[in-house]
Amino acid sequence: MATVISMRGEDVASNHEPELSSAMEATVAKADPPQKAAPVKARPALGARLGGMAGAAAARLLPTLLMLVLFLGAWQIACQDEGSALPAPSKIWTESHEVIVHPLKGVIFDAGGMHIDETGDVGVGGHILTSLQRVAYGFSLSVIFGVALGILIGQSVFAYRALDPLFQIFRTVPPLAWLPISLAIFQQAGPSAVFLIFITAIWPIILNTAAGVQNIPETYRNVGRVLALSPIEYFRKIMLPATVPHMFTGLRIGIGMSWLAIVAAEMVQGGTGIGFFIWDSYNSSLLTDTIVALIWIGLVGFTLDRIVGWIGNRVARQA
Amino acid sequence: MKHQPYLLLEGITVTFPTPGGIFTALDSVDLGVEKGQFVSIIGHSGCGKSTLLNVVAGLVKPSEGVVFLEGQPVDKPGPDRAVIFQDHSLLPWLSVLENVLLAVDKVMKSASRTERREWAMHNLELVQMASSASKRPAELSGGMKQRVGIARAIAMKPRVLLMDEPFGALDALTRASLQTAVMNIQEQLRNTVLMITHDVDEAVLLSDRVLMLTNGPAATIGEDLAVRLPRPRSALESAPLPVYQQARQAVLRFLHQRYSNPLDAAA
Repeated sequence: MATVISMRGEDVASNHEPELSSAMEATVAKADPPQKAAPVKARPALGARLGGMAGAAAARLLPTLLMLVLFLGAWQIACQDEGSALPAPSKIWTESHEVIVHPLKGVIFDAGGMHIDETGDVGVGGHILTSLQRVAYGFSLSVIFGVALGILIGQSVFAYRALDPLFQIFRTVPPLAWLPISLAIFQQAGPSAVFLIFITAIWPIILNTAAGVQNIPETYRNVGRVLALSPIEYFRKIMLPATVPHMFTGLRIGIGMSWLAIVAAEMVQGGTGIGFFIWDSYNSSLLTDTIVALIWIGLVGFTLDRIVGWIGNRVARQA
Repeated sequence: MKHQPYLLLEGITVTFPTPGGIFTALDSVDLGVEKGQFVSIIGHSGCGKSTLLNVVAGLVKPSEGVVFLEGQPVDKPGPDRAVIFQDHSLLPWLSVLENVLLAVDKVMKSASRTERREWAMHNLELVQMASSASKRPAELSGGMKQRVGIARAIAMKPRVLLMDEPFGALDALTRASLQTAVMNIQEQLRNTVLMITHDVDEAVLLSDRVLMLTNGPAATIGEDLAVRLPRPRSALESAPLPVYQQARQAVLRFLHQRYSNPLDAAA
């Protein structure tokens, strides 16, 4: 989108070949005099543009809001009966009021930064933060190792033939299937959850990075060879920028899978984290709390995905 | 001591292994090019023109034979043999100036930042692209991209400039305007140029010599024609001259009588 906007006003000029020879000029000028005379389009005033953007945003959001209202309304009507197994939105609001309005209960901010109360009486936001921290550790590890391994198998045919079958098999293993091994190795809930995130997120990162490296156009490689770029220069100037879009596709899939895996892992392991919160509320027959947690999980997962996507777009434009 | 040409190809043979056996693309090509000469290589598509250029560039290793540049054998790619690629191959994530600077930084390591920048801008001026220095390649037309490709190559101060069908992807008007640009630059810089083309007029108009390749497999140089057109040349003034017409006829006869397109014979 941004490129399209920035190109406005220049597109008329860029259709033109600068002319060198007077002979050629005559030919070309005859071919397209209207373009030469065309004035450059003026940009509309800032206020008008902002107004236009607000209008466009409203037009995009309106259907979503409408859908939301319809959905909540239908839910409310369908589950209004006292005996309904699924609580209606109004019931969720009244019964889980405490959970909704005090998400950060038990999260302590002081000079030493942020802590989460060890005694266990923690709001839904606190559990989310615990889960996010585990995802941050596990995902960072998988980015480091995933990108390195992806570049390795993308560059070397030997490494690709050696490792790719292995990766293809491992990537189909569901995250939770790793949990027993992870628990056996690490003994504790925290580190084993981090390992689970790592082992879940790494495969799409490896495979997409490798695909990116393999798909660097031959001509870019030849530019590097003609310029006699050193391997480090080649990596920085050509391989990395050419691979970034693929890499971020992998990172985006990876962060989504991490978030799926952490909730499942915490449900099984117990202790802390948003997965545990869900399991705990279910066991305490607080289904309304479970639904609040589900909404939180969805919103956080959505935000994570958008953050990675946004960084990817920024990096791809910069690189 | 015997005179040795500036650029010398000796017995260049290129073979590729294929499932059906060994394919010989080029068969013992011998060629000497003097300093400052503009030499075109013309032939039907698939005859191995680009392979020959890539051998000089060092991008393809010959199975037999050696390339000498100023008496020294060359077997690796390097900026002293700059290539203008058919698809311009500008890096899309860099601006026009940065694309040229990538090459300049590589060949002018001892120069200051300002000097390198000035040199890059100077070369963009030569191709009339200085005003687009901060644009991205995606914002440029095909002809403008190729102008930047030319600027990048000549900014490397190459000992030999290699052009691989540089205008093949452009429309006729744009091509004519770029040919003029190349002729003007050649007047000023007197580079030693090897250009691959399949356009007869382009070969005759730009070159001091036109080398005609026989049809592959096992292509070799079939005819070596000197074009004694006075310089400076221009499409409008040179084309009517008898020298131009004779050269053009000679190339056409070679391409359409002696070595006609193998696909025509099959039809």
